[in-house]
Amino acid sequence: MMCAAIELFREDDMASYSTNEFKGGLKFMMDGDPCSIIENEFVKPGKGQAFNRVKIRNLKTGRVLEKTFKSGESVEAADVHETDMQYLYNDGEFWHFMDPESFEQVSADKAAVAENAKWLKEQASCMVTLWNGSPIIIEPPKFVVLNVTDTDPGLKGDTSGSGGKPATLETGAVVRVPLFVQIGEAIKVDTRSGEYVSRAKED
Amino acid sequence: MAQSDTWRPSASLEMMRARAEMLGRIREFFDQIGVLEVETPICSHFATTDPAIESFATRYTGPVAAQGTDFYLHTSPEFPMKRLLAAGSGAIYQICKVFRNGELGRRHNPEFTLLEWYRPGFDHFQLMDEMASLVNRLIDIPLQVEQLTYAEAFKHTLALDPHTATIENLRHCAIEQGVPGADELNLDSRDGWLDLLLSQLIEPQLGKSGMTFLYDYPVSQAALARVREGDPPVAERFELYLSGVELANGFHELTDGHEQLQRFKADNRRRQQSQQSLMPMDESLIKALDAGLPSCAGVALGLDRLLMVLTGCDDIRQVLAFDISRA
Repeated sequence: MMCAAIELFREDDMASYSTNEFKGGLKFMMDGDPCSIIENEFVKPGKGQAFNRVKIRNLKTGRVLEKTFKSGESVEAADVHETDMQYLYNDGEFWHFMDPESFEQVSADKAAVAENAKWLKEQASCMVTLWNGSPIIIEPPKFVVLNVTDTDPGLKGDTSGSGGKPATLETGAVVRVPLFVQIGEAIKVDTRSGEYVSRAKED
Repeated sequence: MAQSDTWRPSASLEMMRARAEMLGRIREFFDQIGVLEVETPICSHFATTDPAIESFATRYTGPVAAQGTDFYLHTSPEFPMKRLLAAGSGAIYQICKVFRNGELGRRHNPEFTLLEWYRPGFDHFQLMDEMASLVNRLIDIPLQVEQLTYAEAFKHTLALDPHTATIENLRHCAIEQGVPGADELNLDSRDGWLDLLLSQLIEPQLGKSGMTFLYDYPVSQAALARVREGDPPVAERFELYLSGVELANGFHELTDGHEQLQRFKADNRRRQQSQQSLMPMDESLIKALDAGLPSCAGVALGLDRLLMVLTGCDDIRQVLAFDISRA
C-alpha cells in the first residue's frame, strides 16, 4: 500500500519541460530511457510550423540520435544528476561507490562502468551520474596515477620508430609508454585518450 | 565568453561595416529605379492574425488613453504600406526592425531587420526578377537564378504532389526519408507536414548554386497572396532561397477586401482551435482594400539573413550588433 501511494505521488509530481526550455545538457525521458540534449536547433519557415531539431545522447546506452519535436510540445523530465563519489571496491559483479559526505553507498553494474573499469583504483574520486538514485554512468578522474605491473624491461622495445612499448597497469589497463618506463614505476595517464602523460612525481 | 564581456557587441566591427554598405547599396538601388522610401508605425492597434506568427504586445497610457490601451509591435510593415499604396503612393520600400515573439535560434532573433517593397502593376514573376537584380547588385559575381514551383520542388526531391498528397502520404514520406522522430510527430494539418518536409528535406538543397525562387504555393498557404484558379488552383506567392536559407517571402497581393476579411477570420478561428489568443484584425487595411488597392506585388526580405549568407556566417548573432541576449 505504501509503495502504491508513493508511486501515485510521483506520477502527480512528474516534472516536464516544454521545447522552449530545451538547451544543451537538459535531461529528459525518451522511450523509457534518460537522455541528455547535446544540441538543440530551432527551425521555422517564415509563415509555417516551428520545430525543434534535437541531437540527444541516450544516457543508458551512450547512443547519439536525432529527433524532431513540434515546438511547444512537452517532454517528461528525467531525475538525473551528477555527483562526485569515492570508488570503494569491486565485488566481482558490482563496483561500489560512496558519497564522501553522506557516506551513502551505491553499486554500479557493468553497463554503467563499461570501458572505464580499467581506470578505477580504490579511493579514486569519480563522477557518478545517478538516474532515480542508481548509477548509470561512471567517469574516472581525467588523470590517474597508476603503477606499472608489467612491461618489457629492456630499452629495446619497439624499434619501428614510434618510440614506445605497451605497459600493463595495476588496474589492468594497457597503455603505450616511453621505453624508459620500468615495472614498479607510477605513471600519469589521461583517461579520456588513454595516453601516457608523464612519470608520476614521487612524493 | 566570460560574463563580463556581455556588454560587448556580438558582431565584429567589419560586419557592422558590411551591414552599412549593404544598406547603402539597397537605398541606391531603389533610388535609381524611383521607388520611394517610407516609414510606417512599429506600434499598432492591430496585429497579424497569422497563427504561425506571434506579436509582442505593449501598452500605451497617457493623454487620450487614461486607462491605457493595447498596442502590438509589428511583425512586418505590410498592412500600413498597403494603406499607403491604396492612398496613391506608387512604388514604395521600407527598411525597418520587426518583432516576432517566440523565434530564437541560429537563424532567428525575435527582433530583426526587414526590407519590404511594393510594386504597383507588377505580378510575382516581375518582382522575382527585380529581387534577383537587387541581390546581384550587392555581390561581385552575379548569381544564376532558378525558378521552381512549390510542386516541382516536392516532385523532384520527394516524388510527391504537395497539392494532392494526404496527411498519411506526407507522414509516410517523412518517415521513409528518415526525418528523425517523424513517426512520433503529432501534426494535425497537411500544412504542418508540408512545412516539415520543406524545412528538413527540401530547403537545405535550395539555392546551392545561385538564387532559387519557389513559387505558386498551395492555396492553404496563400497568406496574403491572390489565388489563381486552375487545376490545381495555386497561391501566387514566392520565396527566395540562397545557400539553403529562406530569405524572402513575396506575394502577388490580394486586393479583395472581402476575401481578406474572410482570411483574417479563418486565421482567428484556427487560433481559437489551438488555444492561441485572438488578434485584433486590421480594420484599416480592410477599408483601404475596399477603397481600392492597386494591383501590385510585394515582398519582404530578411536583411540579417541576407548579410549572413553574403558573408558566410552560420549564426545570426554574428551579424547583429547586439543579439537578444545582450539587448
